[in-house]
Amino acid sequence: MSLSGWITIAAFFLCVIAMTRPLGGYLQRVLEGQAHFLGRIFGPLERGLYRVAGIRWEEEQSWMQYATGVVLFSAVSFVVVYALLRFQVLLPLNPAGLGPVAPDLAYNTSISFVTNTNWQSYGGETTMSHLSQMLALAVQNFASAAVGIAVAAAVIRGFARRGAATIGNVWTDLVRVTLYVLLPISVVVAVFFVWQGVPQTLHGSVEVTTLEGARQTIALGPVATQEAIKMLGTNGGGFFNTNSAHPFENPTALSNFVQVLCIFALGAALTNLFGRMVGREREGWAIFSAMALLFLIGVGVTYWAEAHANPAIAALGVDPTLGNMEGKETRFGIAASALFATVTTDASCGAVNAMHESFLPLGGMVPLVNMMLGEVIFGGVGSGLYGFLLFAVIAVFMAGLMVGRTPEYLGKKIEAREVKMTMLAVLCLPLAMLGFTAIGVVTGPGLSALSAGGPHGFTEALYAYSSAAANNGSAFGGLTANPFWNLTLGIGMVVGRFFVIIPVLAIAGAMAAKKVAPATSGTFPTDNGLFIALVGGVIVIVGGLTFLPALALGPIVEHLAMLRGTLF
Amino acid sequence: MTIVRTIRPALVVFLFLSVVTGIVYPLAMTGVAGYVLPRQAGGSLVMKGDRLVGSTLIGQDFADARYFHGRPSVTVGPDPADPSKTVAQPYNAAASMASNAGPTSRALVERVAAAVSRLKADNPEAVLAGLPVPMDLVTSSGSGLDPDISPQGALFQVARVARVRHLREETVRALVDRMVERPLMGWLGEPRVNVLELNLALDTLH
Repeated sequence: MSLSGWITIAAFFLCVIAMTRPLGGYLQRVLEGQAHFLGRIFGPLERGLYRVAGIRWEEEQSWMQYATGVVLFSAVSFVVVYALLRFQVLLPLNPAGLGPVAPDLAYNTSISFVTNTNWQSYGGETTMSHLSQMLALAVQNFASAAVGIAVAAAVIRGFARRGAATIGNVWTDLVRVTLYVLLPISVVVAVFFVWQGVPQTLHGSVEVTTLEGARQTIALGPVATQEAIKMLGTNGGGFFNTNSAHPFENPTALSNFVQVLCIFALGAALTNLFGRMVGREREGWAIFSAMALLFLIGVGVTYWAEAHANPAIAALGVDPTLGNMEGKETRFGIAASALFATVTTDASCGAVNAMHESFLPLGGMVPLVNMMLGEVIFGGVGSGLYGFLLFAVIAVFMAGLMVGRTPEYLGKKIEAREVKMTMLAVLCLPLAMLGFTAIGVVTGPGLSALSAGGPHGFTEALYAYSSAAANNGSAFGGLTANPFWNLTLGIGMVVGRFFVIIPVLAIAGAMAAKKVAPATSGTFPTDNGLFIALVGGVIVIVGGLTFLPALALGPIVEHLAMLRGTLF
Repeated sequence: MTIVRTIRPALVVFLFLSVVTGIVYPLAMTGVAGYVLPRQAGGSLVMKGDRLVGSTLIGQDFADARYFHGRPSVTVGPDPADPSKTVAQPYNAAASMASNAGPTSRALVERVAAAVSRLKADNPEAVLAGLPVPMDLVTSSGSGLDPDISPQGALFQVARVARVRHLREETVRALVDRMVERPLMGWLGEPRVNVLELNLALDTLH
C-alpha cells in the first residue's frame, strides 16, 4: 500500500461528497417538474412526445399503475432487444459481418441489459454488430437506468407525501430522467473520454503492421458514447470483452478516476434527493453516512488484500512490491483496481478494470459480499436507494421491537404489510443467489462451465448468481456460460429486479397514504449516529447470517489453502 | 381499449428514447469527436515514416531481443489450420482476454514459473546484477493488451537491449528515464513506461 494510493481513495471520496448536494438539487428540480435550463430548451419536444404517446402528463398514478408502466416498458424493451440481436446479420452497421446471436445468449443478454445487470456471456468485439451495441444495448443502458431512478423517485414520494393516493407519473419520470439527467451528463463525459483516448468511430477495425513486422487487427467502434452511460447508469456492460481493463475503454488513470466517480454520482445524489423531498436533508446525509461507512471498510480491505503478492508467486523469487498484478493493468496498479472493484459492486455497475477472478481470496470476497448485501452502498442508480430503504424499514422495525413501540420512519407507522413486503424483497435475493448456486454446483451442465478447481470453482458459481440476482453483471470471468447458465442467470436477474421493484413500490403506495404522527420524546430519530450504526449493523448482520456458510466454503477456505501453499 | 391505452405510452416512449439515445446521441457524438479530437477518436494510431505501426494505447507482442518486451498476454486467435479452434496469439487486439486464473490455480503458478525462467534466461545481466524479477513482467494483464510496463520492468531489460544494439547502457537507461510517465499531480496513477513509444524512440537512437 502506498501514500499515493490512499490519496487516490481519499480524493475520490471527497469528490463524491462534493457532488452529492448539487446533483441532488438538480434531480429535485427535474423530478418535481420545476423550471431548469434544459427544460426550457427541450420542453416543447417533451410535451409533443406526451401528446403523441397519449400521456396525460399532469396526471399522477397509483403505485399499481406506476408498477404496471415499469413492467410494460421493460417487456417492450426485452422483446425489441431480443429481436435486434437475433436479426443483426440482416441489419446495417455490421462491418465485421457478425452472425445472429444464439437464442439462449440473446435471451440472457436482453434480460441482462433490460434489468440493468449487463452480465455478458459474450465478448463484445466478437459478437455484437455496431448497430446492436448502439440501438439494442446502449439504449438499454439509458432506459434501465432511467427506470431505476424513476422507481427511486416514486418511492421517495411515497415516504415524503401524507395522505396521498399517487406516487408520480412513470412516463414523465422516465422521459425527464433520460433527457435532462442521463443524456446531458453522458455527452460531457463522452467528450472527456475521447479526449483521454477512448475511440468514437464507425470503423470496425484497423490493420497495422507492428514494429516487428507482424499484422495486428485493432478493433474499434463507437466506444466513448457507450462508456459514458455504462458508468453513469451503473450498467457496466463493456464494448470490449475485457471491459474497463481494455485500454480503449479506460486509457488513463484520469479516465479511470472519472469512471469510478460516475458510478457513485447519481447513487449518492439520490440520498440527498431523499433528504430534500422528505423535508430534512439530514435524513439524506444519515443514509449517505451509513453507505459511506460500508464503502470505506470495503475499499480498505480490498486494497490491503491486493497489495500483497500471491505467496505462491513470491516464492518463485518475484519481487512482491507491486502486489497481486495478475489480471491488473499497469496504469491502474493496485489502488485504482481495488477502488474500482469495490465501487463497481457497492453500486450495481459491474464494470471491471481488473479481473476479479484473479484477486486474492479475501480481495475477491469484498466484491462478492457487496453484491450479497444487495448493493445498497450508494448502489445502482435508484436501486441502491430503494434497496437501502428496505433495510431502513427493518432497522426501525427492530428498534421498535426492542422498546415495544410501533415502529415509525419519518413519522409514519411501519405496519405488518410494509414489513411483509420488505421481507419478500429481502428474502428473494438470497433465495436466487444461494438456491441457484446449490443447483449449479451439483449438476453436470452447471459444473461443466466452471474453469477453476477446488474452492475457487465454488466461488465462481456463487459469484455468478450473486452478480445476476443483485443485477451487478461483473463476473469471475473464467466461467464460460452455456445454455444452462444463460437460462438460470436470466431467471436470477428477473427475480433480483422485479421482486424488489414491485414490493418496494407497494410499500411506497402504502406509505404515501399514511398520515404523519408528531415526533415525541419516544420517537426513534433516524438522522443520528445511532440510526446509522443500527442500519449498517442490520445490513451486515442480515447478510452475514445468510451468506457466511457459503463464504466459508468459497473464499475463506481458499484463503487458508493459499496460506498453506495448496494449489488446485 | 384499456390495453391499447396502457401499452401505447410504453411503445411510444420506448421508440422515442431509442431514437434519441441509440441513434442521435452516438452518431452526433461520433461527428463531434471526429472533428474536434480526430486522433483519439480514431484510436490514437501512430505512424513510423509512412507506415501505420499500431496504437499507442494497445500493446504489441515484442519478442525480438532488440526491443523492450511487454507483459505476458494470454489472448488467442483462430487457428489457421482449423478456424473452429483457437491458438495462442498474444496481443490480439481484435479479441481482448484475461487469464482469469484464480490465486490457487496450479496452471497460473506453472505459467508464472515458466515466465520467470524465460525472463531470467533472456536477461542474464540483470540477474547477475541482482535485480529482483518485476511482478508485472511475469503476470498477465487484465486486457491482454496492456501497453505499459513498470519502470522496474523496463530497467530489468536495459542491459540486454544495450548489448544487442551495441549501445552504451547509460544511453538506454537515460532513454527509459525520459520515457517514464509519472503519476498525475504526483498521486493519480502508477509510474509506467509505454512499451511501443519506448521502442519507437529506441529505433531513433544511434
